[in-house]
Amino acid sequence: MGNNDQPVVRMSSITKRFLDVTANKDVSFDLYPGEICALLGENGAGKTTLMNILFGYYTCDAGEIFIKDEKVDLAAPKDAISRGVGMIHQHFALVPSQTVLENIIVGTASRRGIFLDLKSARQALLELQERFGLQIDPDARVWTLSVGEQQKVEILKALYRDVDILIMDEPTAVLAPAETADLFNTLQSLVKEGRSVVFISHKLNEVMDISDRIVVLRGGQVVAERKTSETSARELANLMVGRELLESIEKKELAPGEPVLNIKNLNVLNDKKLAALMDLNLIVRQNEILGMAGISGNGQTELSEVLFGMRSPTGGAIQINDRLLNFGSPTASIKSHMGRIPEDRIDTGLLMDLSVEENLILENHSSAEFQFCGLMKSQRIHQFSEDLIKAYKIKTAGRDAATKSLSGGNLQKVMLARELAGEPSLIIASQPTRGLDVGAMEYIHQRIVKERERGAGILLISDDLDEIFALSDRIVVLYEGKILGEAPGATASREQIGLWMSGVKA
Amino acid sequence: MMAEFLDLAFISGLIGATMRMATPIIFAALGEILSERAGVLNLGIEGIMLMGAMTGFLFTYSTGSIWFGVFAAACMGMLLGLLMALLSVNLGLSQHVSGLGITLFATGLAMFIYRLHFGSPTVPPIIQPFKQVALPVLSKIPVIGPGLFTQYTLTYIAWLLVPALSILLYKTTIGLKIRTVGENPVVADTVGVNVTLTRTLCLVAGGALMGIGGAFLTLAHQNMFLIDVIGGRGWVAIAMVIFGNWNPFKATIGALIFGFLDGLQLRLQSVGLVLSFHLFLMIPYLLTIIALIGVSRRAAVPAGLLKPYRREEKGG
Repeated sequence: MGNNDQPVVRMSSITKRFLDVTANKDVSFDLYPGEICALLGENGAGKTTLMNILFGYYTCDAGEIFIKDEKVDLAAPKDAISRGVGMIHQHFALVPSQTVLENIIVGTASRRGIFLDLKSARQALLELQERFGLQIDPDARVWTLSVGEQQKVEILKALYRDVDILIMDEPTAVLAPAETADLFNTLQSLVKEGRSVVFISHKLNEVMDISDRIVVLRGGQVVAERKTSETSARELANLMVGRELLESIEKKELAPGEPVLNIKNLNVLNDKKLAALMDLNLIVRQNEILGMAGISGNGQTELSEVLFGMRSPTGGAIQINDRLLNFGSPTASIKSHMGRIPEDRIDTGLLMDLSVEENLILENHSSAEFQFCGLMKSQRIHQFSEDLIKAYKIKTAGRDAATKSLSGGNLQKVMLARELAGEPSLIIASQPTRGLDVGAMEYIHQRIVKERERGAGILLISDDLDEIFALSDRIVVLYEGKILGEAPGATASREQIGLWMSGVKA
Repeated sequence: MMAEFLDLAFISGLIGATMRMATPIIFAALGEILSERAGVLNLGIEGIMLMGAMTGFLFTYSTGSIWFGVFAAACMGMLLGLLMALLSVNLGLSQHVSGLGITLFATGLAMFIYRLHFGSPTVPPIIQPFKQVALPVLSKIPVIGPGLFTQYTLTYIAWLLVPALSILLYKTTIGLKIRTVGENPVVADTVGVNVTLTRTLCLVAGGALMGIGGAFLTLAHQNMFLIDVIGGRGWVAIAMVIFGNWNPFKATIGALIFGFLDGLQLRLQSVGLVLSFHLFLMIPYLLTIIALIGVSRRAAVPAGLLKPYRREEKGG
């Protein structure tokens, strides 16, 4: 498509550094009118940074940008927007308390001078909705909309600004399969009008489905460029990672043992006092990894919070190793011999300003092993943390280093080291590799498999299907607070799981 | 004695006092709403009001022009608002620390400048304060007329500012930008709104209103400057902003309740019931706490409040 035309965007030799990290190194990137170009790469490959530079959100340290044959100096997003560049970030740039219409028109000129012209704005919005089939009530408050609808608002917001170069950062990460299909239709209709789309993703199948051309980034550099019709998912995977991916994780055959976690008729409300889990029943056994798949927001967070003692259910019972769990008490959860890996390691898992050592003893600091009459046994603690840092290969300046100085993968290792040190019989791992690079991910996966061999039962809650398939002995799908389906890990089909995830009970 | 409470002059006087005492709170609360809607909690309010009160008095005393005093107070408020912006917006310092710092600084500075100019006179110097203006026709309405419509010009201006700020916030493109900056600066930035400039301008304009609010106390309510002239009214204004859910009209209702209680205790003192002023000063806070218990779950706190914004804070 249109590759004979002049590029509409030309970025040449872009370099961008953050303190000591080089996010983009000498990157050149072209975009042609009427194409969907995929930017493929692992987390931290520099895809988002590169596009943030094109969007004027970051300024580059070196390099030149041409938009529509004009050399541009983008100091702020408004410079990019005025040239027709729009970007939809992974975390939507919407104000939840305002209406759809207000979100769309903010920052745009009004025909009535300084006064808002809601009437003609609404008219223009409805025309856009008609043209692209994006139906949203303009007066709805954004917080009442689903994630898919919010994304439509973002697309409309870009179109309202007459954007002809649309950058989408991981747009499908939060969507159900049916919504993804909708999005792809919208993108196709955009490029048919001659607009261009940059599609940032690390999902190979989607990239193969939607794009015309693929640019692969690794470690901040462009490593390859392919026409979609002339490449394969396999080749892309290798380009993206830079080495042959491990085909699958080695897992010993182990017969599941006694139940370590038994959830009976659990009912939980979410923050809005709506049902998050409805009559949930679940058993996890020794030597077993139970993978819980599902789009995030279907009750996973609430489930892990109940297990961690941070939320009280409205009904039901949880049995851990034959003992009933005392609800609403984190101490009870720790005492029940549970390893807790929360989905947000920075907000709920670790204290970023404290040292690595302090984080490692966070849960046990008052046990007799580490203190006497309130005084810390520092020798004992030093030994304990040194051992863990070595055992988990945590890259840190030392046990005294501030935790916030560690990279994401190493933060998660600190998390694992702390939680697994007591050899728990049950491990709740919530999104254990979210946001981690391939190397760290592999390490964590191996660690989880090792815990299974030790005899632990593991509940793996993840919205990453690859992870679920790679690790699980059994897979359940959580949809709107209920288990919609269950399948053995070895024989489950992706299609079936995908259907369950989007609520299709077949 | 009951009859005295209920006679016409008493009611009319009470209405007038309510309006008068509410005026500085309305000015200050509107200034604070403007700042907080843009995402900056301005705890410098008490100090800015004091500097406004002192500056207004000093310039009126020196020039003899009371309107010049009001203008100078507004300018001083803008200057301190700008200082607040420099600290909390440009440098991204903690809004609590910056604001309290300004209040402490301004409290010392106000007394310093006053002493520098007047020394320590045994009888404080006075100025010719504002006179109340009776609006034709309206002030002749029985019972409520004389109280409501025989007021200082600044009071009338405060009343006009309430709908004006409301229109600014909810009906103009500028207002939508301000609210977006206050809710989520990243969103504002990505649609091309200058977050730093918006916050700075809101703080400067808000500071002007706070300054005038302070000046009302030395130019209309009293005719002299005393160090405790503000008497915690800045903090009351902040309480009223919360009470009013960051809405100009609702905050004004809060200010009126305060004004009523303030006016009432003056009246009660004059008829022989002695109760401490401080007891009444307590009541608005008490009301706010009670109101907060009720509304806190649904409170429309600007989501970006207290969060400094820097674009390249986090690498991608």
